[in-house]
Amino acid sequence: MDLRYTDEQIVFRGEVRKWLEANVPKTPLPSFDTAAGFEAHREWERTLAQGNWGMVTWPEAFGGRGCDLLQWLIFEEEYYRAGAPLRVNQNGIFLLGPTLMEYGTEAQKARFIPAMAKGDEIWAQGWSEPNAGSDMAAIRCRAVRDGDDFVISGQKIWSTRAVYADWVFGLFRTDPDSERHHGLSKILVPLDAEGITVRPIPQLNGLPGFAEIFFDDVRVPAFNLLGGEGEGWRIAMATAGFERGLMLRSPARFQQAAKRLIELFRVRRNEVLDPTIEDAVLRCYMDAEAYALSTYQTASLLCGGGSIGPEASCNKIFWSELDLLIHETAMKLLGARAELEPQTAQEIADLGGWLDGFMFAQSGPIYAGTNEIQRNIIAERMLGMPRK
Amino acid sequence: MDFTFTEDQQLFAEAARSVLTAEVTADRIRERWSTASGLDDALLQQIQELGLLGMLVPEALGGLGLGQEDFVMMAQTCGYVACPEPIAEQAMVTAPLLVDVLDKGLGHGSVQKALDALQGGALIATGHPINPFINFAEHAEWFLLGHGEGLYLLPADEVTIRPCKSVDPSRRIAEVNFEASDAHCLAKGESGAALWRATLNRGALSSAAQLVGLAQAMIDQSVQYTTDREQFGKPVGTNQAVKHLLADVAVQIEYAKPVIYRAAYTAEISPTRADLAVSHAKVAAARAALLATRHCIQAHGAMGYTWECDLQIWVKRAWALVREWGDEGFHKNRIHEWLLRPNALLGPDLTFGRGSITDSVAA
Repeated sequence: MDLRYTDEQIVFRGEVRKWLEANVPKTPLPSFDTAAGFEAHREWERTLAQGNWGMVTWPEAFGGRGCDLLQWLIFEEEYYRAGAPLRVNQNGIFLLGPTLMEYGTEAQKARFIPAMAKGDEIWAQGWSEPNAGSDMAAIRCRAVRDGDDFVISGQKIWSTRAVYADWVFGLFRTDPDSERHHGLSKILVPLDAEGITVRPIPQLNGLPGFAEIFFDDVRVPAFNLLGGEGEGWRIAMATAGFERGLMLRSPARFQQAAKRLIELFRVRRNEVLDPTIEDAVLRCYMDAEAYALSTYQTASLLCGGGSIGPEASCNKIFWSELDLLIHETAMKLLGARAELEPQTAQEIADLGGWLDGFMFAQSGPIYAGTNEIQRNIIAERMLGMPRK
Repeated sequence: MDFTFTEDQQLFAEAARSVLTAEVTADRIRERWSTASGLDDALLQQIQELGLLGMLVPEALGGLGLGQEDFVMMAQTCGYVACPEPIAEQAMVTAPLLVDVLDKGLGHGSVQKALDALQGGALIATGHPINPFINFAEHAEWFLLGHGEGLYLLPADEVTIRPCKSVDPSRRIAEVNFEASDAHCLAKGESGAALWRATLNRGALSSAAQLVGLAQAMIDQSVQYTTDREQFGKPVGTNQAVKHLLADVAVQIEYAKPVIYRAAYTAEISPTRADLAVSHAKVAAARAALLATRHCIQAHGAMGYTWECDLQIWVKRAWALVREWGDEGFHKNRIHEWLLRPNALLGPDLTFGRGSITDSVAA
């Protein structure tokens, strides 16, 4: 055990910090769930790509820097410290990207990764269907092989970023006679294909952060099949692993929020009557640190050739509940003004974007597999409790 | 940066685990309850022969010369088996305190004698002012006791012991009083205070490591019980409501462990800067263990509320260790004070302190 950064890691951090200080937009971008905000975030992805900072863990040939997971953590720490924009292409770079690297053909990698890295193609995800939410194996959306194409018909829902995105990846039933998790395949579909209708769904904050996607005999080339036909479930589980695991919610996000919460607490502590407020602030700080330490432990393990076990299911519960506690506590500290959607520069400065984060935090225990499903997985696969 | 244990450390932990899990069982713990001493002398002898009592003592002083990272792995196992003997306290609290005294050249001849006796299997009790009781005081040969900032070493016949009865029959606690005289004084003033501060951190870290071990054992027993116990024609553990009780504890354990390992590393490398890391470890471990007591009693149904059910051994130990070496209030206050300092190192880039990054970035 050696919890000191190497000289190389320190130099890397300095390089990241310097670039971010020079390039991060001075004023926050509008929400990427608006048309203008989406394009502004796409531009930011292009800026990142120009500096080769789009996805540092990818090989240099794909616009990355061949960094290991520890360097990725350092990059993320600097990224959140600098208050850089959220990643509009997170479905692509954090979820699809690693899956493409592992299961894609060389031709597929060459076709999709550079465009993803440059922000030219922003990805939506298409897992859920009206009758396949937590029970993802109930997917019915069909993709029928027809010569060199698949013809897709059916419906997806809760597709994050689908309103403005360019592509969607998802699971489709390629074997019409199959049931449950058999006969599913992972297919990549351009959202401008003929036969696609995207119907925006406004979220709690009124913005269309996700959408329904209707597929009416949409034809895509078989080239867009990722991994083998019928292999979709296994591949999706790998993707879900990335999502719940290291990539989607790096600890820096919560450490930066906890730091801002403590700053807010120092300013507002005498305005708040709730005697539990200090305990909540302390817990936010401790849990954000604990999540970071646990992630370093996992990253060290993986860098040393180890692998993650079912205990990884713990982390989605931990960070999503932490995110709620951080934002609930901030709302308490803000008092009655917490409900204001800031209109003036002064209000933006005073209210610090906590309301947006609070609204989004409500979704954390639901997306990427509800926390109830995660608890089942922990109980059955990690603790070995009986299924039936 | 490498947040993993070495192969040697894992082998050592495995060796300690195999001895402790084989020798310390619920049945044998219950047997101790009806004996005068409450101690298993054969176990203590085996632990002494393995050198575990002096595991943190430098090799030059006859110990194994291991570090606190090794210790926390062993202490987790002490918790996991609910070991009644104060092995963790001897190894992590008393022995390092004696070594500290020798290092600082503060001791008289008795200090070396006491350290040798400890490594030979004798109990040397440490009575830190934060703890009102000393476990197994009646069987201690020497006492390290506090009065104000002073640190005193006394033979057993120079102290007054008033035995108390704990709700946990494995704990043989007592109040110990003594006359603070210069003849027995090892250190006072700032040097005494520094020794006690370091001792408190070691004790808290030892408790934290044992607490996650206790919590893990409670989970394992509850998984077994809810798999065997059937109602409505199926194991009660198939019910989500029961699964989620135990899953919640598993999450807390999972996130307490790296905090404990970081604290052990910090206490080893930079002991004077370990307060925050140690307090975090104690609070996180206490939270996991208290949740385990509550949820695991619940998962056992009425059995969980009986004397007969072995779970009580682990539950009661957890309740006691949560309060030893600073309760949650004490440790949360240490963190709180630190967080309110304007110069507190906060933020995603400072998880492992400042290092030399500031210079590097400035350059």
